[in-house]
Amino acid sequence: MNITALSKEELLVEFEAKINAEQKIEPLDWMPDEYRNHLIRQISQHAHSEIIGMQPEGNWITRAPSLRSKKILLAKIQDEAGHGLYLYSAAETLGVTREQYIQWLHEGKAKYSSVFNSPALNWADMGAIGWLVDGAAITNQVSLQKTSYGPYARAMVRICKEESFHQRQGYEIMWKMMEGTKDQQEMAQDALNRWWWPSLMMFGPHDSDSPRTGNAMRWKIKRETNDYLREKFINKTIPQAELIGLKIPDNNLVLLEDGTYKSGDINWDDFWKNVNGNGPCNEQRLAHHIKAHTEGAWVRESAFVSGFQK
Amino acid sequence: MENKDTQGELWEVFIQSKAGQSFKHAGSIHAYDREMAIDNARDTYTRRGEGTGLWVVKSKEIVAVSPSEEGYFFDPSNDKVYRHPTFYEMPEGLKNM
Repeated sequence: MNITALSKEELLVEFEAKINAEQKIEPLDWMPDEYRNHLIRQISQHAHSEIIGMQPEGNWITRAPSLRSKKILLAKIQDEAGHGLYLYSAAETLGVTREQYIQWLHEGKAKYSSVFNSPALNWADMGAIGWLVDGAAITNQVSLQKTSYGPYARAMVRICKEESFHQRQGYEIMWKMMEGTKDQQEMAQDALNRWWWPSLMMFGPHDSDSPRTGNAMRWKIKRETNDYLREKFINKTIPQAELIGLKIPDNNLVLLEDGTYKSGDINWDDFWKNVNGNGPCNEQRLAHHIKAHTEGAWVRESAFVSGFQK
Repeated sequence: MENKDTQGELWEVFIQSKAGQSFKHAGSIHAYDREMAIDNARDTYTRRGEGTGLWVVKSKEIVAVSPSEEGYFFDPSNDKVYRHPTFYEMPEGLKNM
């Protein structure tokens, strides 16, 4: 046995060499505290987003317009629960328990995607959420399949396989409405108007205002910048909107010579209001999660006792 | 963490995607007993016919080589190149073997 204790500097060199060689970092490998803490924050935020994201849609299960759409919506929400669980598992490999993650969420110490603090007002919102919110999430997640932390990357691969049905489900709703009556078309357009900007904000602040991008890119936690991914999403989505007769609610949108689009300025005040807990549904979303968790405590307690006896 | 409001124990999930193939690690789940573990594994990891077989095992029961030991742990195989078929010289003209 010849284990030589390496200094922190040597460990860091080894760690960065691995990352530069596109090797994955695994749970038992040495990693800098900053890398671990960044992952704890990012993966748990991602997990919480999947779980909180079930609420705006869950609200519409009993009012879905057909049995077909109800079954599909149920399956989609079940997937989101599953995605939350994949991500909690990945986050737990960093040495923090699931219980702790949930507690941080309840205490407001952990965030979730602020897009879910917007209300889902009518059925067209189910279309807009699937098409735009899931669409934006997929753009981000496809990029994260190559993230340097092994368990996170593997969770992303699994999630991406399942997500494309979500976006199609949403787009189909929008398309069917655009094929329908004038009222239905207006509903679809109204939903796009309300969800377009929040979807663009899902990619986070501009690169120039994104304080954590530096090391996250260097250590390949993030593989592409917020602005790059946002533009990718915009360019993919605009032709989809046009195809079914929807108008992007951006009067400053320009089509550049190279065929790509440049969008107007994003209203970041709304974004920060949402992030800092003052969005339209922040209180409601968190209160609902706490209520479900508290009311379910007896189930966990009895399952614990019964499991212990087996 | 000791707490009566626990999330259950951690279990590792392995899926066999087709009959006859080896089981591959898929991820982990929480459960309070074996029955719940296999049910949760099904609901979490096989919603789209991913598997014909499913194993769950308590994470704490898995024995693993720690990364710092990897070097010397696997060392015994490094000096036995004659275990690989490419080690051997073969006469010219040999067609299939």
